[in-house]
Amino acid sequence: MNTTKTLIYDGSFNGFLTAVFIGFEQKITHADIQRQGQIQSGLFTETEIIFTNVEKAQRVWNGIRNKSNTAIKNVYFAFLSEQNNIEALLYHYIQKLMGSKYNGETDFGDDCILKINQLAHKVGREKHRMEAFVRFQLTKDEVYFSNIEPDFDVLPLISKHFRNRYADQQWIIYDVKRKYGLFYDLRSIEIISLDLTDIHTNRIEKSAVFTDTEYKYQDLWNNYFQSTTIKSRINTKLHVQHVPKRYWKYLSEKKEAV
Amino acid sequence: MDFNRIKEKLNILADAAKYDVSCSSSGSNRKNKDSGLGDTGNGICHTYTEDGRCVSLLKILLTNHCIFDSAYCVTRKSNDIKRAAFKIQEVVDLTINFYRRNYIEGLFLSSGIFKSADYTMERLIAVAKKLREEENFNGYIHLKSIPGASDELMYEAGLYADRLSVNIEIPTISGLKLLAPDKKHEDFIKPMLKVKNEIIRYNEERKIIRSTAKYAPAGQSTQMIIGATGESDKDIMYSATHFYKNYNMKRVYYSGYVPISTDSRLPSLGSEVPMLRENRLYQTDWLLRFYGFSVNEILDADNPNLEMDIDPKLMWALRNLNYFPIDINKADSRMLARIPGIGMGSVHKIINSRKYRNLSWDHLKKMGVALNRAKYFIICNSNEWERRDLDAAKIKGMILQSQNGKFKNNYINQLSLFN
Repeated sequence: MNTTKTLIYDGSFNGFLTAVFIGFEQKITHADIQRQGQIQSGLFTETEIIFTNVEKAQRVWNGIRNKSNTAIKNVYFAFLSEQNNIEALLYHYIQKLMGSKYNGETDFGDDCILKINQLAHKVGREKHRMEAFVRFQLTKDEVYFSNIEPDFDVLPLISKHFRNRYADQQWIIYDVKRKYGLFYDLRSIEIISLDLTDIHTNRIEKSAVFTDTEYKYQDLWNNYFQSTTIKSRINTKLHVQHVPKRYWKYLSEKKEAV
Repeated sequence: MDFNRIKEKLNILADAAKYDVSCSSSGSNRKNKDSGLGDTGNGICHTYTEDGRCVSLLKILLTNHCIFDSAYCVTRKSNDIKRAAFKIQEVVDLTINFYRRNYIEGLFLSSGIFKSADYTMERLIAVAKKLREEENFNGYIHLKSIPGASDELMYEAGLYADRLSVNIEIPTISGLKLLAPDKKHEDFIKPMLKVKNEIIRYNEERKIIRSTAKYAPAGQSTQMIIGATGESDKDIMYSATHFYKNYNMKRVYYSGYVPISTDSRLPSLGSEVPMLRENRLYQTDWLLRFYGFSVNEILDADNPNLEMDIDPKLMWALRNLNYFPIDINKADSRMLARIPGIGMGSVHKIINSRKYRNLSWDHLKKMGVALNRAKYFIICNSNEWERRDLDAAKIKGMILQSQNGKFKNNYINQLSLFN
């Protein structure tokens, strides 16, 4: 009986789910699922290349979802964490889930279940942070534009939030690290990739791309940020805990601090 | 738009509004309408000020002109400060433009009282109405109910705002008489009562007609100043409980008094803001709202004040050692929630995971339980537990030694006075 095998997939979530399908089909106990281009194969393990199959992926998705809605959310969120070997851990998680009579995803005494739960939680926090820290700048062709650099690949998770909220303005949120973005054109959201010559951080020099009033509003916002601080209660440690420094360069209110 | 003039006004009127600590933008269910602008949800803090407070709403006064002379207030009539007033359109433009750039969740509009309570309230409502009707703005609006405003205006305010609030400011009636002799207690209570009754009425109607319009969907809140009139923690928390119970408050906020005046009735300029006390009061508030405690378990005539060096749950546990130790693998969630060092998140994890196996120290630690406090109060699936018969003072001493809290310096300084 087959116990260990390396499965190589294309990096997409559907690809991963297809690999899980193949793993279960061949009754592999330890599936080492690896992303194409980042392969570290063991000496004697067998390798198979997985071709993404939406139908198979869908069946795995439904299977997990029928077990529990929380579990499918945990799987998707943890997958987006892009952690090393997250695929193998998730495979193990799905095995446990399918083998359990109850709602296996609440067995927090189990290391693997707890780990996935905590990872999903972390990704959820990053999603929430991005909903907070996106700063749009208005370009001369009337698009509200923002660069982000999140710790995890959260763009797919935040698109609905921004679509519901900014339904009457065109906007782009572009992930500089992963080199893709979302563009909303007042009708629907498209995934785009741009040839960005420069990354629009919160620099003090003005860029010709943005409108003049854009900088006036940034100025007002900075001003508001200063005036609303109570000087006798300054608590820098708490401030940095809530607004970690790695995000500062995209926040217009931290222009001077960067 | 004259940006320089707006900037100057924003300086003055944001500065004057910052003592209102409410920042919440959650609890409403307003959704985006006709592909317009904005929606509300669980609330987002878009940034934090350098004093560590959340910024989620554009919090400003419409004006800081005021006919009252409350001693604790920066905008009091007798204070010699720069005065300014926004035009209605200016507030609308600021809100919309900040919102479109994802700076804020909405607007928190308050005001000094000029001419009369009703005149002021009308202006606040006019801003909210314009945002909703002309700009199709569906973000969060928090309006301040002006003490003494008429029932008709309070009714209208609730039609546009998500949340309404009146700040009771001084937790005791005697304190209010001392510091704000020209304000009447009833003036604070009346708008609160009106809003509460309207919310109840609208909720009843919604049960019959589902399309009933919204009325203040995020409810109302209030705020009390801490440490201005020598009130005890018991006074504050009993009064907070009163508001939670009788006015269906969503939140009561506690705001440590920031010295702003040389008035002899108040703590002098330069005296420290009671931040640790504020923190302990919020912890107590949480115990009452989420952990199933009732106020007289924590504070009573014999114990009118919270202990500053330990959190209120630990304080309760040390006074009630007869309930402990609690068996993690058997106790119900009500009792688990009462163990120091265990929060509601851990309670949830324990209840769910002990179905599969008995939990040991190692499990609890990985789940995030603060064992340095909890270990004296629990037994779990292990041969090791605290066997010594320790008294409360001993346990407290050992816990204090094992932790390195951010406030440690505060009470160490206090102790050294007696050495």
